[in-house]
Amino acid sequence: MTDNVLIIQSASKYRGKIQVLTDIDLSVAPGERVALLGHNGAGKSTLMKMILGLTPLSGGDITISGAKPGSAAARAGTAFLPESVNFHPTLTGREQLTLFARLAGGTQPDINTLLDRVGLADATNNRIATYSKGMRQRLGLAQVLLGRPKVALLDEPTSGLDPISRQDLYAIIDELAAQGTAVLIASHALTEVEAQTDRIAILRKGLKVADDTLANLSRLAKLPTRLRILVREGQADQIAEATGGARINGASVELYCDAGHKMQELRRIAAMGDVIADIEMTPPRLEDLYRHYAKEGQT
Amino acid sequence: MIARIFAIARAEMLILRRNWWLVMATVIMLLFALALTFAGSAPTGTLGVDMLTVSVSSMTTLAVYLAPFLALMMSFDAIAGERDRGTLSLLLTYPAGRGEILMGKFLAHVTALGIATTLGLGSAGVVAAASGGAGTDSMLALLRLIATATLLGAVFVALGYGVSSLAKSPAAAAGLAAGLWLVFVVLFDLGLLGAVVMDDGGTFTQQFFPWVMIANPADAFRVWNIAASDGVAMASGMGGAAQTLPLWAAPASLLLWPLLGFGLARAAFRRVEP
Repeated sequence: MTDNVLIIQSASKYRGKIQVLTDIDLSVAPGERVALLGHNGAGKSTLMKMILGLTPLSGGDITISGAKPGSAAARAGTAFLPESVNFHPTLTGREQLTLFARLAGGTQPDINTLLDRVGLADATNNRIATYSKGMRQRLGLAQVLLGRPKVALLDEPTSGLDPISRQDLYAIIDELAAQGTAVLIASHALTEVEAQTDRIAILRKGLKVADDTLANLSRLAKLPTRLRILVREGQADQIAEATGGARINGASVELYCDAGHKMQELRRIAAMGDVIADIEMTPPRLEDLYRHYAKEGQT
Repeated sequence: MIARIFAIARAEMLILRRNWWLVMATVIMLLFALALTFAGSAPTGTLGVDMLTVSVSSMTTLAVYLAPFLALMMSFDAIAGERDRGTLSLLLTYPAGRGEILMGKFLAHVTALGIATTLGLGSAGVVAAASGGAGTDSMLALLRLIATATLLGAVFVALGYGVSSLAKSPAAAAGLAAGLWLVFVVLFDLGLLGAVVMDDGGTFTQQFFPWVMIANPADAFRVWNIAASDGVAMASGMGGAAQTLPLWAAPASLLLWPLLGFGLARAAFRRVEP
């Protein structure tokens, strides 16, 4: 793919003698939303800082629509929302955003509209010192919307936001993507990311262990689907033995089967007749996938 | 580029007004200047100079301590504070270069210092003139004092950015700034004094001492104000060392130092990783 706006090629980073990132390859196309997952200390924030030119690469190469990280062209094309974003407490939201708009240059946007868009219309002229964490996060999001960034890097954008605000946030991220911005989101909130991104990259101890769509990742991981069978009174042991599952209480049996044998298994259980009261089926979630890729030492 | 520098300067100016720094600095300047003007009014008759001249010479001695102090109070937090709050990383991702950010802050901080100096020292001068007379010479000396005190402040604003960039935390930056003040304003002169006493009128005292002294911006400030006005020199009784130097030496030192300080700060800021 040559149309990727953000291209990371075998990027490495040493802090002293410790290698915090090893040969990371990652590309994001315009309008694509990519989630970057990983434990604390997996290297997500370091990778973002490298893309922003805030910390130099130890090896490899990063380009933002052809420009080097930290160059004037790259900075003009990127927007950043730092983790637990902060501003000068004595400035008002409007003043802070005006400053950023002037620094970004170009045609000056309407600050009121922008603050209204992120739900800060009532607090425009209040000092940032009086803002809650969620309000600061919204102000941080407003500055991401300044100009039309080619690449937006969002580090834990939903931290400190209530559920409604999170929905607003993802609506805004979708808007960004729709206008052609490549969005990279570092996050811990797996359930949100699952529904809101096009592709998922997982970092483990500085290594990229996964980078694909959710569907492909599940297929590759071969994680089993969980079947929970609700059994009529007193027959649980019998059924457990018959299906090869485990009895978890007096009335239910749990067994796992991989995606390929799911239907076969279901037919077999259904054939057991009236003893089976119900079957509950749970396919692997991102959380399971994440655990699989991030913990179990697979590459 | 200019637009971005002004954008930073405007925001910094707003902050200085909001956190009362501008008011506090002006009041401190004014109170000290007034106190010295009235305390120093005694020798007017014996020396045959007007009250404003005496006031200017007292305020010269005051400004050597106060201008660097106020400048450092303002600048030590400029980089370290932003990094501590976590605002620096976001700021550095904007198209404004590090030099532009520093220049914007410098512009605002020196302007604020200029306002405090003009209002503080200026009004003390006006009071002195009203109560004891003033002439063209002493009015000129007052203007020179205000301008050079602001220049001296500019030196320490820039040096303050330097230590603010090097320090790991705002507290460390405050400590370094205090050290900087102590070295330039107090220890440097003490050291020179010791050297002159040890040398006992030898080549060091004759040849090098005035040049070493003028290399310190605080001393250059003092010498410039004293050498430029006979009245002030008489009132302060400090003309001796200044007379052996060419007239351009002190202005050159005080004009070069802000540039040198800004260059050092720029070099230190370049290495900052937020």
